[in-house]
Amino acid sequence: MIRILKKGLHTSIQDLGRKGYRNYGIPISGAMDSNSAILSNIILGNKEVDAVMEITFQGPEIQFLSATRIAITGAIYSPTKNKKPLEMNKSISIQKGDIINFGAPKSGVRSYLAISGGFQTELVYGSRSYYEGVTKKGIIENKDEIPFNSSFKVGLSQYDVHKLCYSSISNSQTLKVDKGPEFELLNKNQQHDLLSNTFSLGINNRMAYQIQELIPNQLKSIISSAVLPGTVQLTPSGKMILLMRDCQTTGGYPRILQLTEQSINFLAQKIQHEKVNFELTPLSD
Amino acid sequence: MIPDRLKTYKLTYKPLGKSAILIEWPPEMNELILKDVLLFYNRIQLSKKEGIVETIQSINSLTIIYDFELINFDELNLWLKRIYPEIKNTSYTQKNHLWKIPVCYDTTFGLDLSEISVKNKLSIQEIIRLHTGTAYRIYSIGFLPGFLYLGGLEKQLHINRKSKPRLEVPKGAVGIGGVQTGIYPKSSPGGWQILGNTPINFFDISKSIPCFAKPGDKIQFIAISYQEHVHIQEQVTKGVYLLEKEVLND
Repeated sequence: MIRILKKGLHTSIQDLGRKGYRNYGIPISGAMDSNSAILSNIILGNKEVDAVMEITFQGPEIQFLSATRIAITGAIYSPTKNKKPLEMNKSISIQKGDIINFGAPKSGVRSYLAISGGFQTELVYGSRSYYEGVTKKGIIENKDEIPFNSSFKVGLSQYDVHKLCYSSISNSQTLKVDKGPEFELLNKNQQHDLLSNTFSLGINNRMAYQIQELIPNQLKSIISSAVLPGTVQLTPSGKMILLMRDCQTTGGYPRILQLTEQSINFLAQKIQHEKVNFELTPLSD
Repeated sequence: MIPDRLKTYKLTYKPLGKSAILIEWPPEMNELILKDVLLFYNRIQLSKKEGIVETIQSINSLTIIYDFELINFDELNLWLKRIYPEIKNTSYTQKNHLWKIPVCYDTTFGLDLSEISVKNKLSIQEIIRLHTGTAYRIYSIGFLPGFLYLGGLEKQLHINRKSKPRLEVPKGAVGIGGVQTGIYPKSSPGGWQILGNTPINFFDISKSIPCFAKPGDKIQFIAISYQEHVHIQEQVTKGVYLLEKEVLND
């Protein structure tokens, strides 16, 4: 077990998502930056799909009730163990009673804490990802106790993790995209603006990032159809919505672009007011 | 009778990013289209084709999510186009049900009955008669967990969403938004005009399949009193309420 002493702002348990239930309206969910989540598991020799803790905007304070190993990846929150600075992207030994703390984010938004064998919260429809209404909890609260398998032992991973995974935290503002199914409904000027202008990120959460600038738009709504994490919708008012992991399963706004999986991970590490631009992947030209 | 525009049509196949194919039918909420969508969906599901992760069914589209390490767009696209003609083989049809859904149209629940009455120039009795007088086809489940897209709302009941959405619409609320009627499977913010409330659970995670109804089925609302609502709610909570259903011959 671990005990949550301070919950942070939006802390949750995530794996790689709940696949196969979208026809009941259940979002896929899963780690916003799947790359960093996978990396944290690989460092410990876990399976890629094991459940990790996702930390957003403000980190929690956690006490371990038994010995284990952890790894912290993604956004840099200057984590400490018993008040001593802790290295990121490394397998770390934890003794019973140790306290892990997180500071303010220095770069990136979302940090991932993996634990040996993965967190063992309730498995609902094949996934442990928190999503309110599907799992009992939507976010981690103070005094929560979260189980893990303390008898789980694996050898240290021998991977050179820096070669294995890319970093999702990047100064680049470019998001790689493919044309969405309704891209061709935009006129030439709109298409040009979309692919050459720089945009500012607006309010955001696990469902979506909004874009602050508007794309003047006469496109009507479409008959509700599937949307995916990474789908860029254009509302009748000209607002662009970049859907993320907890997005609804269907939507009625034109789907003008589709972010690549890697770009979703990059975006998950960006905050409001940061700039982005869209660039077509070579195959889309 | 089949309208001319739906006698022959071509499906379009488009990529939706690097790991999904979107198949689209003509842009209509139409029973003939839905039937074709569901036949194709069932054919794909039964194939258990390697590389297909998930198929998302919608009103006039299917979205096939695939693992691009196992299959590529061209290969999957070709396979889909090859099996589509096979669905005319009737073995892919499904048995559809008509579900009788009790709804209490008491003004305690029907918060917008008087607004609809004024705007659509109908008495509250007429609103209830019209709303319960149609069996609504389920076109898709999506948007939110357990939300049914229902087709077939009477024109006289079409009404714009509220100019100011409510911060919280209770679970089970039955409402109208534009040309659609529907049920809130859980309490959430919403702008639909609310007519009543059903004690039936439309999303139950204690079941291996969380939704009892499926696309292709129909829903008919049955007016019940406030006392009956209380009584059915108790039975639903205890897990002993038996929902009435009939087999549809279509």
